[in-house]
Amino acid sequence: MLSILESIWIVFIRLFSKKITVEYPDEQFRLPPRYRGRIVLTRDPDGGERCVGCYLCAVACPVDCIALQATEDENGRRYPEFFRINFSRCIYCGFCEEACPTYAIQLIPDFEMSEYLRSNMVYEKEDLLIDGEGKYHGYNYWRVSGMAIGGKDKGESEREDPPIDIKSLLP
Amino acid sequence: MSETLRLWLIVVGVIALLLTIAPGLIWLERRLLGWWQDRKGPNRVGPFGIFQPLADAIKLIFKEDWIPPFADKPVFILAPAVVVFTAFMSYAIIPLAPGIVVADLNIGVLFFLAMSSLGVYAIVLGGWSSNNKYSLLGAMRGAAQMITYEVFMGISLLGVVMMAGSFNLSEIVLAQQGMWNVVPQFVGFVVFFIAGVAELHRLPFDIPEAESELIAGYHSEYSGMKFGMFFVGEYIGVTMLAGFTTTMFFGGWLGPSFLPGIAWFLLKTFAIIVFIILLRGSLPRPRYDQLMGYGWKILLPLSLINLMVTGYFLLR
Repeated sequence: MLSILESIWIVFIRLFSKKITVEYPDEQFRLPPRYRGRIVLTRDPDGGERCVGCYLCAVACPVDCIALQATEDENGRRYPEFFRINFSRCIYCGFCEEACPTYAIQLIPDFEMSEYLRSNMVYEKEDLLIDGEGKYHGYNYWRVSGMAIGGKDKGESEREDPPIDIKSLLP
Repeated sequence: MSETLRLWLIVVGVIALLLTIAPGLIWLERRLLGWWQDRKGPNRVGPFGIFQPLADAIKLIFKEDWIPPFADKPVFILAPAVVVFTAFMSYAIIPLAPGIVVADLNIGVLFFLAMSSLGVYAIVLGGWSSNNKYSLLGAMRGAAQMITYEVFMGISLLGVVMMAGSFNLSEIVLAQQGMWNVVPQFVGFVVFFIAGVAELHRLPFDIPEAESELIAGYHSEYSGMKFGMFFVGEYIGVTMLAGFTTTMFFGGWLGPSFLPGIAWFLLKTFAIIVFIILLRGSLPRPRYDQLMGYGWKILLPLSLINLMVTGYFLLR
């Protein structure tokens, strides 16, 4: 009996407590940087596209919302010819970001993506590509990988020794 | 002003008051529950969100008035009307201020009890005609709960009736000029209030509805304005219980004279309504057999003892 009165009183004094409601459209709140929101394609520090068109994100995607076609430029750099994400399917799981070997695809803390037309939810490459580096700064896949592309031969990457001449006996 | 015109004004005034209070209460309840749960409640439509019930009503009116094909159609339509009718009718006997009463019956208390018992027909008919097992379960629970709580609801009021020597509500109010009945009749008040909340099937005694186990019970098949009628009936019922408790135990319109009598009545009623909403916000729903156990094993003997003690002191 007393406990009933006590619980009534406890609920009553909540009237004067601080309300935890955030009145969202009027009042913005800060999302943590790792929040999984809108997907972007980032660029490396030199301004080139990071995406190498390896299809790992498309494979990892559980709802198959990523479509892309890889191609090569005149320097031998792979890049996506088109890159399409259907955000009406996307579940923002972040598997594509985890699968990406070059930090190209990233999820950023932005969720305000409402559209009146469903077809507007399909983002093409020019919608996805941003000018910056996203969450991971200073990484350039082509600078550290052993791939030979135009302007950079094998052995010229960062922290890479020149290739060993296996035909020679000299030390 | 002729006597007829005066009566009409009172009738229209009471109905208009109740019809404005009902949506106001929906807003008030949602706001208060929000505050008590550290939320803010509806605050978007109009200043402080007071037009929220208006928006809800417009939504309900424009909804399709759908009657399930397996339902018993005439009874299905009748049931929500019974709720509102009985709730309105029982307000007829409550004196808002000296002379401002729709029907100053000399059996006012009995009329109130009769009308609140008639309210159970809405639940039983609504649940039966829905032809749905959850609705029927809700209706059966409702009927059992009403029969149980009806018994000592009446008995708990008898103490007040004995002290006033009348069933007339105006005379009961006037008999409280020395001291409000809530002090000498405290046990009667507690028993009556619990029984009244159970009679209204308000939370925590919403066992006929029990949305978590019976998916809204007797009105799960209702939609649109018929559902709205059940809703309005419930809120008028809350007002009615609060008004009746004020009249019987808190001295009706009596109070210090710097406010008019009707203001005192409305103020007390409002406080009791807020308390009923607070009960909803704070207490869990008892199990069905617990409710029956409380009723027959604790509250009924308590009200009988209260009656005997009151009788002893009056006849001593």
